[in-house]
Formats: sequence, structure tokens, C-alpha cells
Amino acid sequence: MLKFLLRRVALVVPTFIGVTLLAFALIHLIPGDPVENLSGERGMDPARRARLLHDYGLDRPLAVQYADYVGQVLRGDLGNSLTTHEPVGREFLTLFPATIELALFAMLFAVAIGLPAGIVAALNRNRFADYAVMGVSLTGYSMPIFWWALLLILFFSVHLGWTPVSGRIAVQFDVPVVTGFLLVDALRSGNFSDFGAFRSAASHLVLPAIALGTIPLAVIARMTRSSMLEVLREDYIRAARAKGLSHARVVLVHALRNALVPVVTVIGLQVGLLLSGAILTETIFSWPGIGNWLVHGVQSRDYPVVQGGILLVATVVIGVNLLVDLLYGVINPRIRHG
Amino acid sequence: MPNLLKPESAPIRALRAAALAAAATLTLVAAPFALAKGTLVYCSEGSPEGFQPQFYTLGTTFDAVSVPMFNRLVQFDIGTTNIFPALAQSWQVAPDGKAITFKLRAGVKFHSNAEFKPTRDFDADDVLFTWNRMADDSHPFHKPAAGQTFAYFDDMGMKNIVERVEKIDDLTVRFVLKRPEAPFLADLAMDFASMLSKEYFETMQAKGKAALADDLPIGTGPFQFVSYQKDATIRYKAFDAYWGGRPKIDTLVFSIVRDATARYAKLKTGECHVMAFPKPADLAEMRKDPDLAVLQKEGLNVGYIAFNTEKKPFDNKLVRQALNLAVDKDAILKSIYQGSGKVAKNPIPPILWSYNDQVKDYAYDPARAKALLAQAGFPSGLDVDLWYLPVTRPYNPDGKRMAEMIQADWDKIGVKARLTTFEWAEYRKRSKSGEHSIVMFGWSGDNGDPDNFFTPLLGCDAVQGGGNNARWCNKDFEALITKAAQTPKQADRAALYEKAQVIFKDEAPWITIAHSVRFEPVRKEVVGYKMDATAHHYFDSADLK
Repeated sequence: MLKFLLRRVALVVPTFIGVTLLAFALIHLIPGDPVENLSGERGMDPARRARLLHDYGLDRPLAVQYADYVGQVLRGDLGNSLTTHEPVGREFLTLFPATIELALFAMLFAVAIGLPAGIVAALNRNRFADYAVMGVSLTGYSMPIFWWALLLILFFSVHLGWTPVSGRIAVQFDVPVVTGFLLVDALRSGNFSDFGAFRSAASHLVLPAIALGTIPLAVIARMTRSSMLEVLREDYIRAARAKGLSHARVVLVHALRNALVPVVTVIGLQVGLLLSGAILTETIFSWPGIGNWLVHGVQSRDYPVVQGGILLVATVVIGVNLLVDLLYGVINPRIRHG
Repeated sequence: MPNLLKPESAPIRALRAAALAAAATLTLVAAPFALAKGTLVYCSEGSPEGFQPQFYTLGTTFDAVSVPMFNRLVQFDIGTTNIFPALAQSWQVAPDGKAITFKLRAGVKFHSNAEFKPTRDFDADDVLFTWNRMADDSHPFHKPAAGQTFAYFDDMGMKNIVERVEKIDDLTVRFVLKRPEAPFLADLAMDFASMLSKEYFETMQAKGKAALADDLPIGTGPFQFVSYQKDATIRYKAFDAYWGGRPKIDTLVFSIVRDATARYAKLKTGECHVMAFPKPADLAEMRKDPDLAVLQKEGLNVGYIAFNTEKKPFDNKLVRQALNLAVDKDAILKSIYQGSGKVAKNPIPPILWSYNDQVKDYAYDPARAKALLAQAGFPSGLDVDLWYLPVTRPYNPDGKRMAEMIQADWDKIGVKARLTTFEWAEYRKRSKSGEHSIVMFGWSGDNGDPDNFFTPLLGCDAVQGGGNNARWCNKDFEALITKAAQTPKQADRAALYEKAQVIFKDEAPWITIAHSVRFEPVRKEVVGYKMDATAHHYFDSADLK
């Protein structure tokens, strides 16, 4: 197990180097620079321009800038945002809980619907329920997130008035930020008479979670279906049925556990998808998370925010993938020894 | 015996239960929440860069900082570009125009917060502190952090205008200028000149929290800062002791919504009362909505096409005039501005004083254009590069479409235009360095002084600074606008600017295209809200019925 773990961790190092290099190269490849971005239609005082270029370190060769950046990262310093002058790490930590909360609920939604839907489709192979589930999931998978999100807003918020349009909580609730997870903070704020803040935070989660969770839902449903179909054909399932076990027990205990192995991997892989999907979802739903933050960082050529943000997001994705690899090993002992 | 193949059962039951649970949750959480009485929500288009008006240049930041929480010595009357006394009660310009003495308003209170309770009212020390912090490199608060600069102060060349600021007594200050500068009063009404509290900065420094003074704003404005949740909301409360009278609303909330479609949806559902920057395409539908009122105001802006007069053949006035004559502006206004603009014939909009209505525009006349082009030595036309705006700007809703229309117009006189564009920052960078031959641009005024258009866009110094995209330096024009800037009386200045506009039109360094109209949809329950001329959003007089 330790060898397996070390091998996995060793793979993380080159990935990190690649990520820093890629993030650095990509943001510098985009035309326009942060200083020009500050000037607008008006010309900029040449002395101010020179000072800013120097302060931002942009007057040095790219290779030197990269070397400095890597050195800085190794010291645990991601630099300061060029727009707000706040440390990038602090901004990330302020905003990340919002993204985690959204991603968590999107995943909950995807698993809660995708898993049973996949099982139902598998059990009804080539029948109406199967076609329905697969049809809907294919549609969900193919739908552009921003368009789907706008449709949800127009229907549920504007037309039916059931859910709020955007944001994390209604403006009348000024919940003190303690954990950054608004559902938790809302409960902590002590409004227990009608749980107003909590209900408001929950209602704001509904549409973004659906919008963000739709693609993972489709992927999970399809993977569960195919994995279940494969497992249901196995001899041991036939044996279980022959033993006279109940249908539910055969499906949920004997088949599902083994069918879950590839599904867990897929769920792990969805974390990356969730974080990239969060960029669009957060922009449309004005969700104050890292997706929204990164988009604005790119627009304003805020190099430290984009570089640091990508690095931190990559860390999370790599971390989760590592965890999934390990979990996979736990579920399927053959992997550990492979 | 159980039916093994029947797919009823647990999975389906689980699915049904999950659906029921989801529906129940939705019902539970979907109950609407009424806004507290006296709370006005403004859906803004972005987050402020910070909370210190001296450091930044974005209108978004000014809306969130200097407008609600700070005052200037003089301010623009909301809705006009007229200057009215704010923290200065009166002022006197020296006969030689080289000094302005301000009598300060007495009894002006500063806000307070958990770190600071003011012990004195606003006075001359605060004016000196505010100004010297920007002007004096050795001031203890001059350079708080790397990358922070006094943007507007530097870019407007204030060091070349102001010699020093003197305290005459507690309520009198004098700005001594290096040269007579009539627009200076309007400059002082701009956001960067918002008055800070000296006592606050010194208190914070004594506590070892000097940097925090820039993050937790203390001003004299109508609203006090309550909290900011990054990229989500900014909260303010009415300042009871505001010298201009307490605002009518109790709470002002900025709900930050970057997407214009989402802002509109929030306005429709009542989640906000006023929204910033509607999409032109949504305006027709907004007007039909009985719950909304669409306010409009002529913009303090101009959209134009500039010829690089340093490059051939655009150094030839005849070529510039010919290309002016060949553009059908009415068609552009109709197709691109869709009723939300006015044809421009001068570099300044008609709402600015000194606008010369006698100037005759180049009427669309392809035949004359062709003749002029032949006279200039191009009987068979010419090939040109036209750079078009890659982004929507307040003065131009669709640069690409505009370029295509101009391309088609020019084609009729034998001028073949190649359309080019770049990413927005790159576009500005390249055009400021003079790489272009013809470039589409525009300008939104910062203040109500005509000088704010003439000097940064057409002055000789602005060729180097990059704001003068035509790179046009005309001695007669320059002499007129320089003299106008140094002339104290507005009527005399207006006469000079009017003459300058005649030269401008004849020389044709630009094709003046349009002055766009700005729109702001507000919910019907909002009363007393007025659109501002300089595109800021003031809620001092707004109320909810």
C-alpha cells in the first residue's frame, strides 16, 4: 500500500511543474497586459506606467519572471492580486468555500439522481425507462451550461418565481462569515425562529447546483448503467438469485457494490469537471466563488490571480484524484497489488 | 416467491423518494423573502477594486466608494455637469487665475467604525492631508503598497498644475496653481479628489493598522460602510449626521451581478430596484414591463473614427474630408444605436457648454467624396486598414457592425477597407503607440468641463500620452484650447472652444459618429432617483414607495 501511495505521490510532482508552467505561459500568451488594462481610453502617465511595470515585475525577461514565480510558490507565497492588492492565497481561501458548497451540492444532486437513474435504466434495458433515462442524460450532457443555466433562471425564477435569480443569499440576511460555508454560517447566525437565512441560502443553491450537476449526473447515470449491466450478467449474480435472495438485495448489495468501482472513479474525475463548470455557473449565477474570481482575473489580466488560482485549483483536483486512486485501491484490493 | 426480474422495488422506490424529497426541499426553501422596508438594492456590474477613491479609475469602484461614502470640495449637481458647493461652501479665484481659495463648510461630520470615532469635524487639515498624500512623494501615507498608485492624480498631470495647498485657517484653504487652469475646479469635483480624514489615518497608524485605513473607508458622504462580501454584496447604512441631510432610504445594498441578463432577471423579480448597464437588446422588452421604468439620459460621450494624421495619405486633409463625406451616419445610427444615439458633429456632446451648434457636419455625399479623393490624387480610390473596437463600449454598442457599414460606404467611392481588430488591451496599446492608420475609438467624459474632451483627445501633449489617436497637433487649435483652459470666465472660454470646433471640423482628424444615450431601468417603486450626467449612480435622494 505504501509503495502504491508513494508511486502516486511521485507522479504529482511533474504534474505540478507542468501546471505552473502552463498557467504562467497561458496567461502571458494572452495579448494585453495588466498595466495597459488599468489605463482605459485615457493615456497613462509614463512615470506611473514605468512604476507599475516595475512593481509588478513585468519589466524583467519572462524566464526571470517564471523563475521568480516558482521560487515564490515554493516559499508558499502566491503573490498579491494586481487589482485588489490582497494576497492571492487569502482571496482564494475567502472564495473557495462558496465553490466547494456549490460543487458539493451539485455532486449530491448528480449522485442522488444519476445513480438510481442508471440502476433503473440497467434494470429496464431496452425498455422505455432505459431510453428515457439515457435520452435525458445525453441531452443533459450535450447542453451548454450557460444556456441551461439561463433557461433554469428564466423558467424557475422569472416565470414561476420559485427560486432566486442569483447570488448566495437574499440581501436582507447579513450573515457573519465564519466558515465560509453559508449554510453552516446561516445556522450559526442563530436565526432559529424561521431559519430564514438558512432557507434563503438553500434556495439560492438550488438552480446553480442543478446547472452545475447536470453533466456529472449524465455521466454518472450512463456509467452506472453500463457498469450495472456488466455486473448483472456475472455468474455470481445468477447464483445469488438462484439462492432465492430478494431482488432488492441482489441489486443493491451484490451487484451495486461491484458496479460502483468504475462509478467511484468517474465521480472522482467529475471534481475537475465541477470546478471547470463552476467557472460558467458562477458567472451566470453571480456566485462569489473561485470560478467567478478567475474569469475576472483573466479579463483584467491579473497574472498572480490567474496563476495562483489555476495552481490551487489544480492542487485540489490532483488531491481528489489521488484520494480516488487510494479509495479505488480500498474498494478493489487487486489494484493495490497491481 | 418474489419476482426476480420485476424492476419495481427498492431502486425505483428510492428514486421516487428522492424526487419527493427534492420537491419538498424546493417548497420549503422557495418561500419568498420580503426586503426590509427602506432597503434599496442596486444590481451593480462588478466588484470595486478597493475602497480608496484615490487609487482607482473604474466607474464601478467610484460608484461603490466615492459616490456613496465620500464628498469632494465641489461636486457635480446630480443629473447635470454644473458644479455646486459641497465640502467647500464658497470659493474665490485669484484675478490672475493662479490660486483658488476655498471656504470650507463648518460642522461636517466624518463616519465612524469599530476602529475609529472622530473627535473633530472636517477641516483644512483634512484637505491638506488628502492632497499632499497624492502629491508629496515624502508624505508618510504616499506609498502604502506595491502597485498602488494615485492613478487619476498622476494621469491628469496634477503635479504640473498645482504648486501647493495652503492652510489659511481651520476652515480656509488655498490651492496655488503653477499656471491659470480654469478646468481645475471641475477636476476637483472628480472622484480622485474625495476628502479623507487625516485623524482616521493617523489613528490607524498609531494602532499599527495603517493599511486597513484604505480598506475600511471613512468619509463624510451620505452612506456609511457596513460590510463587503467579496464579489457578492456591499452594504451601507444611511449616515444620520450627513451634512446634506440624511438619505431617505435606511440601507443601500450593492448586489454584484456581472451578467447583464442575470441583472435584468433580478430586476424583474424584484431582487433589485435599479440595475446598471442594461443590454441594448433588452430595452424594448423592459419598456413594455409595467413594473419597470426605463430612464434615459444623453451620454457625456462621443464615438469616433480617428485618422492617423502622421501617416500618408491621412496627412492630407482632402482625404480625411472625403472619407468623412462617404459615411452614411444616419444609417449607422439607425442600425447600430437603434434610437439610443445622436449623430455627432463635434468632438463634445451637445449637453456640454460651448457646444458649437453652428458647425456644419459633412453630409453624406459619395459623389463629392469621390471628387475630393480625385483632387487629393486618388482618382481610382485607395486601400486602407480600419481598426474596429473589439468590445462594446458606452459610446459604441457594436464596433464590428459599424466597421462593416463604413467599409460598404467607402467601397462606393473606391476605398477598400481591410477590417482589423485586437484584444481590447492590445488594441489600446497599439493604437496609443500610433500603429494604426484608421482607428475606431470613443470617450466618456470624467467631468463636465469641455477641456476634458479637447485636451486629452486632441491636444498636442496627448499625442505622446496616447490619448490623441489622430496624432493630430494643430497649432491654431492647440492655441485656442490652451487659452481657453487659462481663461477664467466661462463665456470667454466657450467662445474659444466654439472656434476650436470649427477648426476641428474643417481639418477632419476624426469622423465624429455618435453621442450615445444611456439607459437605466428602475423598478416603479423607486422614487426620486435621478440619472447622473457622468454615469455615476447616486442614491442620496432615492426613496421607495
